[in-house]
Amino acid sequence: MKIKLTFWRVVFIVIMALGLYSSYVRYFRGLGAVSNMSDQFPWGLWIGFDCLCGVMLAAGGFCMVGAVYLFNVERLHSVVRPAVLTAFLGYLLFIVGLLFDLGRPWYIWHQLIYMNPHSVMFEVGMCVMTYTTVLFFEFLPNVFEALHWPAPIRWIKKIYPILIVAGILLSTLHQSSLGSLYLIMPSKLHPFWYSPALPFFFFASAVAVGLAMTIFESTQSAKAFGRHLELPVLVTLGGALLVALWVNLLLRFEDFFHRGLLKQILKPSYEAYFLWLELALTFAIPIIILSFKKARLSPQWLYLASISCVLGFITNRLNIALIGFETYVGHHYVPKWTEFSITLMIIALGFAGFGVAAKYLPIFPETEHAVQPHRRSAAPTGRAIATPVLGHAGD
Amino acid sequence: MSKAILYDATMCIGCKQCEGACAEQNHLPYDDKVAAESEQSAHKFTVVLTQDDKFMRRLCMHCEKPACASVCPVGALHKTKEGPVVYDVWKCIGCRYCMVACVFRQPKYEWQSLNPRIRKCIMCPDRVVAGKQTACAEICPTGATKFGDRDQLIQEAQDRIQKNPSTYVPYVYGINEVGGTSVFLIAGVKVQDYGYPSLAKIGDTPMPEYTGRVMERIPDFIPVWTLALGGIYWISHRRDEVAAAEAAAQAEEEKQNGSGK
Repeated sequence: MKIKLTFWRVVFIVIMALGLYSSYVRYFRGLGAVSNMSDQFPWGLWIGFDCLCGVMLAAGGFCMVGAVYLFNVERLHSVVRPAVLTAFLGYLLFIVGLLFDLGRPWYIWHQLIYMNPHSVMFEVGMCVMTYTTVLFFEFLPNVFEALHWPAPIRWIKKIYPILIVAGILLSTLHQSSLGSLYLIMPSKLHPFWYSPALPFFFFASAVAVGLAMTIFESTQSAKAFGRHLELPVLVTLGGALLVALWVNLLLRFEDFFHRGLLKQILKPSYEAYFLWLELALTFAIPIIILSFKKARLSPQWLYLASISCVLGFITNRLNIALIGFETYVGHHYVPKWTEFSITLMIIALGFAGFGVAAKYLPIFPETEHAVQPHRRSAAPTGRAIATPVLGHAGD
Repeated sequence: MSKAILYDATMCIGCKQCEGACAEQNHLPYDDKVAAESEQSAHKFTVVLTQDDKFMRRLCMHCEKPACASVCPVGALHKTKEGPVVYDVWKCIGCRYCMVACVFRQPKYEWQSLNPRIRKCIMCPDRVVAGKQTACAEICPTGATKFGDRDQLIQEAQDRIQKNPSTYVPYVYGINEVGGTSVFLIAGVKVQDYGYPSLAKIGDTPMPEYTGRVMERIPDFIPVWTLALGGIYWISHRRDEVAAAEAAAQAEEEKQNGSGK
């Protein structure tokens, strides 16, 4: 097979090469050489982006599984598989990210034997581990379908209700607990971001981002794989996103109001600029866009709103993880290029993994429609993916 | 009985012998260069700070309810009944949550190492268990650093302030801060000027309570939420089953009607 050098493939190769160099620095020169983390800033970009944002961006999995299997919203069926795939990849990459960030990653399994149930991080770790296992089982039918192997799918279908309930339970727990991590730092984290309600914010934002990511991903993969875009699905998601954003906005407003910060957040300051950026991207832009019915029915506007929302919540989490500590510490933290490079490598691996899976596995509706009539009787035929998908894979 | 350290800044002459003894006890390098460093680090667990001929020691406070121990996912840090907060390096996975959680910024990291450890004052646990003083207290020529029973040291600190009210700022730092510590400071100057966080800033609530309030709900939350999710699943799928059963019954009926004709 001849591999054509497209623009994105070259970008991918460059990112991987730089990432591998940075990985070498990380494991052979140490954390001090690879990053700008220090005793003052023990947590940097990797915790802020790879972990906090990574888990949030993978929330589409539990949101869509919840919508379709728990609440039986049948019309969203076509997005479940890509959402579960994204989540599964997201969590795997989160673990990869941890292996870079932990000082002694070879002891990561200590979590299983030296348990400290008082530790929020212990809880997050256990939930992520079990949830990744759940996602693995939710993802597995794709593989068996591609292999034309119906028996194991039948077994998995039998435990599906358990997988679904466990998956959502675990997601609720660890999505919110990522916020609880910061509850122990009331004197360190800037009051704009420290709130006793952090676990609620983290869960609510995960749901909003889960919806926004699914819109983003559906549009993006429609472009990349030359698929027909399913507008009714996007419209449903867009409506749900608007509701989720209002809930988030209300929570944030209530929090600022009750902690008496409303005046302070309007005063220009270093933190306020970042807060404004965050609030504009998370709330102002997408809510305004989605408030127009015309925009809610237009794929372009929905795409724009979802991107703004995702970027906004990413800003939010980076503010919590990095910007919110700068005043306390007394100096700025700017990640070293090698830190960015490893984060980029992990993102690139995610995109590549998605591309490969979409190429070889029945992830998208074209194939699912063919399988659909047999789903309940659990005898999927798992036809090979339509040719246009192959032609555009990896673009 | 729980042990503690009392540091009286008014008695300190800034000789830095405690720094040297600490380094020796913990097998750390110590020379003029290290002595000149005015910051704690992975190779300097305690430091004597100087400001206008006034001295102040910094070291781990050995909190009664330590944040570092409560946040550690593998329990590599723990408070011993004798007082010291100690570190089991063989458990540590290197997540550095302890560093982020500590209000006194005590845990430091070996950033240059390929198998890095958390480093901090561990209050010479071997010596303490053996009934000896900590290395820093033993070497102190003026008694500025004193080792002893926690309750007695609190009493003594208060007595010293009472006897010489003009010498001291009337406050024993460490009794109330984050629910109490095992290191107490008294001084003629404000300890806040040397980097110690004020009580107003950190409060008297033990730090583990901030996360504990949420963590203690989890055992209740799991069954309730599981039941709720299971219930929703059952209801929304029951609707399908009923619809399917009705459709089947109808089909059956039509079939019978058809064959009856």
